[in-house]
Amino acid sequence: MSTLLHVEDLRVSFPTRTGVVEAVRGVSFALGQERLGIVGESGSGKSQTGRAIMGLTPLQAEIKARRLEFNGIDLLKASAAERRALRGNRIAMILQDPKYSLDPVMTIGRQIVETLRTHEKVGKSEARARALDMLAAVQIRDPKRVYDLYPHEVSGGMGQRAMIAMMLIAGPELLIADEPTSALDVTVQLDILRILDRLVIDRGMGLIFISHDLRLVSTFCDRVIVMYAGKIVEELKASELSQAKHPYTQGLLNCMPKIGENRHPLPVLDRQPEWLL
Amino acid sequence: MSDTVMTRREWLLTDRPQSRLQARLGRAYLTWSRFAANKLAVIGLGIILLLLFVAAVAPLLAPHSPYIGDLKNARLLAPSATNWLGTDDQGRDILSRLIYGSRLTLQVIVLVAVIAAPIGLLVGTAAGYAGGWVDAVLMRITDIFLAFPKLVLALAFVAALGPGIENAIIAIALTSWPPYARIARAETLTVRNSDYIAAVKLMGASPMRIVLRHIMPLCISSLIVRVTLDMAGIILTAAGLGFLGLGAQPPLPEWGAMIASGRRFILDQWWVAAAPGAAILIVSLGFNLLGDGLRDALDTRSGGQ
Amino acid sequence: MTPALAIDKLRVVYDDFIALKDVSLTVAQGESFGLVGESGSGKSTLLRAVAGLAPVTSGTIDVGGKRLGKTREKEFYRQVQMVFQDPYGSLHPRQTVDRLLLEPLDIHGFADTEKRIQRALDEVGLGSGFRFRYSHQLSGGQRQRVAIARALILEPSVLLLDEPTSALDASVQAEVLNLLEQIRRNRKLTFVMVSHDLGVITHMCERLMVMQTGEEVERLEAGDLASRKVTKDYTRNLLVASEGFVREP
Repeated sequence: MSTLLHVEDLRVSFPTRTGVVEAVRGVSFALGQERLGIVGESGSGKSQTGRAIMGLTPLQAEIKARRLEFNGIDLLKASAAERRALRGNRIAMILQDPKYSLDPVMTIGRQIVETLRTHEKVGKSEARARALDMLAAVQIRDPKRVYDLYPHEVSGGMGQRAMIAMMLIAGPELLIADEPTSALDVTVQLDILRILDRLVIDRGMGLIFISHDLRLVSTFCDRVIVMYAGKIVEELKASELSQAKHPYTQGLLNCMPKIGENRHPLPVLDRQPEWLL
Repeated sequence: MSDTVMTRREWLLTDRPQSRLQARLGRAYLTWSRFAANKLAVIGLGIILLLLFVAAVAPLLAPHSPYIGDLKNARLLAPSATNWLGTDDQGRDILSRLIYGSRLTLQVIVLVAVIAAPIGLLVGTAAGYAGGWVDAVLMRITDIFLAFPKLVLALAFVAALGPGIENAIIAIALTSWPPYARIARAETLTVRNSDYIAAVKLMGASPMRIVLRHIMPLCISSLIVRVTLDMAGIILTAAGLGFLGLGAQPPLPEWGAMIASGRRFILDQWWVAAAPGAAILIVSLGFNLLGDGLRDALDTRSGGQ
Repeated sequence: MTPALAIDKLRVVYDDFIALKDVSLTVAQGESFGLVGESGSGKSTLLRAVAGLAPVTSGTIDVGGKRLGKTREKEFYRQVQMVFQDPYGSLHPRQTVDRLLLEPLDIHGFADTEKRIQRALDEVGLGSGFRFRYSHQLSGGQRQRVAIARALILEPSVLLLDEPTSALDASVQAEVLNLLEQIRRNRKLTFVMVSHDLGVITHMCERLMVMQTGEEVERLEAGDLASRKVTKDYTRNLLVASEGFVREP
């Protein structure tokens, strides 16, 4: 398995009125053609890790890393234009809420076509055909109808599918999905995951799946990174999550109420100061 | 010394205030530090404070009488050591008239703000919160007022009420509330369906209480900004009415009226019209800068970060 | 014993959209009842209709044996209170915790406000250090505690919980759920709780109703879900989905 992405000692910090806040404090991992889950609670730095790789960190933030390399391209040294060319073309990102990611005044079809045509030289009719294929690939039942709809005319699940179609039309090698299903109903959520799963298998894409939902990540991904306060506290195989060593991971797993269990009160996470070190 | 300053700052900025007063002061301090970071806004505030000061101590500052001039010897004198800004066609000292005129300007501004802003706030929040036919009726009335250009409508009012500074103020106030009503309504619509308003409803609060104590405070900051930015326009409208002879009547040293009387000599004795013009310009600019700064400082969306 | 809450054929219609279709429900005093469903199932609409925040088209609601009219009386709010889903949206952005808690006391004319505010904060595990903070100075979990304190300060007997923990991190969720259980025990409260999370509902409630598109699908005991004693396919699908992703071979 070839390695798509190398991240070594990634640090993201934000200057604020009260001093510098370090959101990511030395994260290292490598990604192949696999499903990597990054789990953590709000403020753990999981989203900022994804954004830093994507190059979507706010301007005032400072990004440092010993190595941040995608397919042999040094992302830290790449110019803004080079990164733009990578973005959407070879690295794509799906965000939590399709409402904020889709352009509200453009039909879904046109947005997909525009995305395709900014990255590839294709004719109008071919672009349309490929957009329709892509919509069908994300299991939209009536692609022709959805093609001409505006984002506000579709449901959340449909919007998220359209978003995925738009992100995948250029055939990226790496997809970063930041809580792609958190705003959706459980049943729709699983449909979306099935689509992502097939794309990883069929296209050999690398997937970074960022989520707060341990249960979902452990059943969906191959490997899981657990983050706490900007650092990786544990990295393990998804199937072995129940044997997690770190008390934080164990605590996270334990504090979720489960069907058929009778634990009153629920065990709560006892945060230790040494986890911050 | 710097130690006590630091602790006072920390006391204000603490995220665990110990009393209502401390919480309020802390918030005010944050707003002030955001405002003070904007140099132009501070200049604007300085201009307005200067205007207030001049108006307050006008009799002490003015070197001459604003009403009595020396018609025989001192008509249309150029600026000099005795008359810093020259004299007008009645032989009156222009600087003294400007200083006394600041009181009139201030009177116009304060009265218009006191009349127009609350009317707009009340109409807008009531319309936005009640909805239905109340909203429709109130907003159609607002639209009717908005349909006329402000100055034309003010002219019509003054023509009906008779010329004079009081009537000019009433006319301007009556024509400037509709935009405030629109703003207040828009703000009300965005918050009326929020959970925190629903929560207050669930406390058993009456609609009156909800509007007065929970919705209005949210509308006030954008209204303050808008009123401040409108001040320049109000001063100009007042000056315009004065210029047309429908505002302040002679011999009141209203700035617009002063420009009107200086108009006849603009080519030969330009300072007669230029001095009040510059005064209007500076005060208008001051209000605009202040309004811009307030907009940033009071922006609700940035919370208190 | 009169039920704490009795709903009969409740229907809520917005313009042309029927959000709730003739749902009936009885909750005994001291019981904790759960409503489960996906978005658009009408579960939140039901809570809002009881609270008087959604228009009731037909059907009746009885609280403590008393029929509710079109408009809620002031007295009603001392019996029924609600905690909302979004801790960021349910606290007024310009008010301190102190002011938020004072408001209900002021409306209902309580005299010993100082003591009650202090006690309410203690009860939800926020010391007096939080009393004069603004909501933006609080974390999500702390905000939800304030919302719970506000709901409890009028000493209601029925608490409506609209996804009270779904916007919180798992560890914070556990803390808030424990707090709610403890409060219910101490005050002998009746809960009606809405959630999309079957785990949370079975943890918190004795009985539950599964809802879909404004209608009842089926009614279960919490234990039925664990032993898979469900009769409807829809519920079965929800159960399977709640266990996470299953890779098809």
